[in-house]
Amino acid sequence: MTLLIGSITIGLILSLLAVGSYISFRIFKFPDLTTEGSITLGAAIAASLIVYGVHPLIATILAFAGGFVAGGITGLLHTKFKINGLLAGILVMTALYSVNLHVMGRSNVPLLSDITLITYFEQFADFITPNIESINILGWTASEKDIYVLLFILITIILISIIIYLFFKTNLGTAMRATGDNQQMIKALGVNTNLMIILGLAISNGLIALSGAFLAQYQGFADVQMGIGMVVWGLASVIIGEALLSKKSLGLLITGAIMGSILFRLLVAIALRWGMNPNDLKIITALFVFIALIMPGMLNKFKRKGIC
Amino acid sequence: MLKIINIYKTFNPGTANQVKALQGVSCEVEEGSFVAIVGTNGSGKSSLLNAVAGTFIPDLGKIILDRMDITKFPEYKRAKHLGRVFQNPFTGTAPDMTIAENLTLASKRGQSRGLGWAIPKSVLKEFQKRVKPLNMRLEDRLENPMGKLSGGQRQALTLLMASWQKPKLLLLDEHTAALDPKTANKVIQLTEKVVEKDNITTLMVTHSMQQAVNMGNRILMMHNGKIVYDFEGDDKKRLKVNDLLSLFDEIRRKEQINLSTAEMLEKNYI
Repeated sequence: MTLLIGSITIGLILSLLAVGSYISFRIFKFPDLTTEGSITLGAAIAASLIVYGVHPLIATILAFAGGFVAGGITGLLHTKFKINGLLAGILVMTALYSVNLHVMGRSNVPLLSDITLITYFEQFADFITPNIESINILGWTASEKDIYVLLFILITIILISIIIYLFFKTNLGTAMRATGDNQQMIKALGVNTNLMIILGLAISNGLIALSGAFLAQYQGFADVQMGIGMVVWGLASVIIGEALLSKKSLGLLITGAIMGSILFRLLVAIALRWGMNPNDLKIITALFVFIALIMPGMLNKFKRKGIC
Repeated sequence: MLKIINIYKTFNPGTANQVKALQGVSCEVEEGSFVAIVGTNGSGKSSLLNAVAGTFIPDLGKIILDRMDITKFPEYKRAKHLGRVFQNPFTGTAPDMTIAENLTLASKRGQSRGLGWAIPKSVLKEFQKRVKPLNMRLEDRLENPMGKLSGGQRQALTLLMASWQKPKLLLLDEHTAALDPKTANKVIQLTEKVVEKDNITTLMVTHSMQQAVNMGNRILMMHNGKIVYDFEGDDKKRLKVNDLLSLFDEIRRKEQINLSTAEMLEKNYI
């Protein structure tokens, strides 16, 4: 049960990564590799500031700001300096590796006895139900604190997602979506598409850094290596989400990305439980995304041939 | 209204693909006039339109729109004053967004876009009212994605979107070339309606001599990056399709003579 709750919580935290990836990959059709650096940047900023004694809420907000700037730089490299999108992401990601080491001062920052947002959530649990230590769910016992943390994270993620959803329904957000959909058209309607791309990537990476900040606080450490494979991870979540809730409206797609992230984390947890070698995790993730990417085309081919 | 002063543009200068697209084009367009631009392939007619639209910045020369020097304005900044319809019916609309979202984007052309709600309930009625005259039954399908519509429907909507807020200048770039004759006809009728309603100054590049003769009050004929003929007023009214075609032949013959003269000179003197 602890494993299940833990997986769902991490899935929820990483759903911010999924929503961020959805913004860059799907809305802007921009293969953004900044992700690997910005999720670590978020974790590094949050962890270092918390250790330094900054209030965890402020540390988390600053982590978002850090990712925002990183994404903005990728956008700037791509639009103003006309660098290929993939390469712009790689440049910023590589540079961020050094930045992250500088922010943390070493390769790993533990958060053992420091007060984090998670600590607040746990304290709140004690405050509301001081005498209960565990809760019985369908015959399984679960730690009451874990449940509260899960609930708080869930509420936070839902709030952030609603803000993102509402944002993309505003005039500015609609112009951003149009920039990804048909750049020539929206330019002819007077929108500075370069600015939209910069702003979009900034928001995307801000969310990803936020995801990193929550992850560091939940796991109790930030590590300079934690971003490896996160691009594919985010993409996998987005793809699962699209499969779950077919591509329809913006709201469904954002919900799908969140659900995809949780489901993917659960699948990974189950696979590891069954004895999959953790070293194989990344290759299996990559294979999974590969299959998910070619599936729609394959299915169409079969349909045309009348096989299914 | 629009003043084009001696503009030059060479693409890929200094390479094998060098194209001298515009070689000293000057013209002045009065407010409310409808100018058809004709010419052979590669004559520079689309380049002239793109220079005005800001797709590229000319190497030399100036473009003045309504006493404003827009020569160096980036594309999105000029868009405030321009309505544009493209040759490809899919260029003017965003396929993954709904018709209503496309319309709302167009209704804010050139304005700053803040955090206001993109489609408040109140504008849907107006959208329906303005889409209805297209007679394509799109008014009940505003929530459908644009990508589901046919090329003709999308081109009609693009035209509506380009003129949603009255532009200072409407640029039509062979906007019926990719449509079947029947749909093209419909879009042409719509164009006349839209232009007449608000008396919009219009530049229309066309490959159809028929369109050029039937529509508007002025014809510019381009060749090799220059304006070679300019018909206005009664001259334009008298002009027939055959007259235009014979002018094209004349240009071609002149060119052949020039080529053969050059060849002869080469043989005899080099």
